Amino acid sequence: MKRAYMDHAAATPVRPEVMEAMLPFFVERFGNPSAVYDLGSAIKAVMEEQRGKVARLIGARDDEIIFTSSGAEANNLAIKGLAQATFLKRGRHLIVSGIEHHSVLNSARFLEKFFDFEVTFLPVDRYGRVDPDRLKQALTPATVMVSIGHGSNEIGTVQDIPELVAVCRAAGVAFHTDAVATVGQVPVDVKELGVDLLTISGPALGAPKGIGALYFRNKLRLVPQLNGGIQESGRRGGTENIPGIVGLGRAAELAWQELDETAIYLTKLRDLLIAGVRKHITHVFYTGHPEKRLPGHASFCFEGIEGEALIFMLSSRGVYANTGSACASKALKTSPVLGAIGIRPEVAQGSLVFTLSRDNREEEVQHVLAHLPPAVERLRSFSPVWRKKMTEAAGA
Amino acid sequence: MKFLTECKADATADLVYRACPMHLLEPMELIKDLKPGQVLEILTDYDGALEDIPAWCAKHGQEFLGISEDACGDCYKLYIKKQSEEKS
Repeated sequence: MKRAYMDHAAATPVRPEVMEAMLPFFVERFGNPSAVYDLGSAIKAVMEEQRGKVARLIGARDDEIIFTSSGAEANNLAIKGLAQATFLKRGRHLIVSGIEHHSVLNSARFLEKFFDFEVTFLPVDRYGRVDPDRLKQALTPATVMVSIGHGSNEIGTVQDIPELVAVCRAAGVAFHTDAVATVGQVPVDVKELGVDLLTISGPALGAPKGIGALYFRNKLRLVPQLNGGIQESGRRGGTENIPGIVGLGRAAELAWQELDETAIYLTKLRDLLIAGVRKHITHVFYTGHPEKRLPGHASFCFEGIEGEALIFMLSSRGVYANTGSACASKALKTSPVLGAIGIRPEVAQGSLVFTLSRDNREEEVQHVLAHLPPAVERLRSFSPVWRKKMTEAAGA
Repeated sequence: MKFLTECKADATADLVYRACPMHLLEPMELIKDLKPGQVLEILTDYDGALEDIPAWCAKHGQEFLGISEDACGDCYKLYIKKQSEEKS
């Protein structure tokens, strides 16, 4: 059976070049980078080389990169680490958007619950964008930081970060962005964005799970969230995941070399998929911004069906997509992101998200388009709600 | 312990919230780049630095100038004057 895997926001295979770079560091080159003898210092040099590659991808300095175990850990370190380092001087107010990843939302809620922070969850417009004026109104003298994601893995919208940063900079408030969805897909330069902190995930670039990184503007103080030794210059304890770091370094190097062609290629595939869905399926909402969106992201809500049923039906035909974020999907909960952009709950039930990668081919898009319309039609034929709607429409 | 009211520094090592013994490791590196007579400022929230830094200076032939309290009270400021190339 043909297969079309298009759930790369949930998991991405490790790139062969990345795997090849990592292999020596499991057995032959196993030294601890903190060790002072040559087996250790050589590994330390390799680690610093990778830090440079990650820094180059986002226009940062080498010493502005902290390796973490994931994007989620980087988000935790950015938000809790900066908030805990600054609340005594500034206050206990934090701003996030309502459509952030759980690692951002729950870090904010952690501060709310255990550190008496007040958290403002900013609304977004129908495309998922934050209004700079609303952000400006939400700032208070006690605001320690603002965290707004660069790109949404659920609806594909890319936020206008420089515009939002300008508002915060004028007020002297630090700005963090979760760029897990964008790094490697669109150009991301920390100086151009103007952010103080930025989160990267390894798997999103074709590195293995278990590695991520946080950019922090030089001189920024962070309270470590993983207490331990002097790893990562005393900012994050725990012996470094050297194979993972080498994987992330190689993946960052490849992403930097291929960035322009990746964006062009993914945009072409995405637009083919969207055009096909629009041509063959009626009563479908296209979620997120039509232009300012991730090149490899297509997200829809089909009226009259449940996304989970569609996922299962499609997977039996070798088509793999998601209903939203991997976590929300498993809990069978309606996505708060879709609620935040004003999608009615009964329509949000029919959410389907495709996240593409360089591995996808046009034939796979055709495979999706061959199976998606009949699957939607079949599920709608089972739905009493859909039948009622159609009957009413026919009578009107 | 000598307390300073004001001290001009040529370089600063900000080690606030960073794990021990970064309060020794980073100054050891930074002082290599200073010229004799220049002053290194060390910012740290680690209480043990109050003993460790003067002891390190005594052992490595550098002059420990003293300490001042940070204006905001969240860290210590310690000052070292480079005397010579560090003795290892």
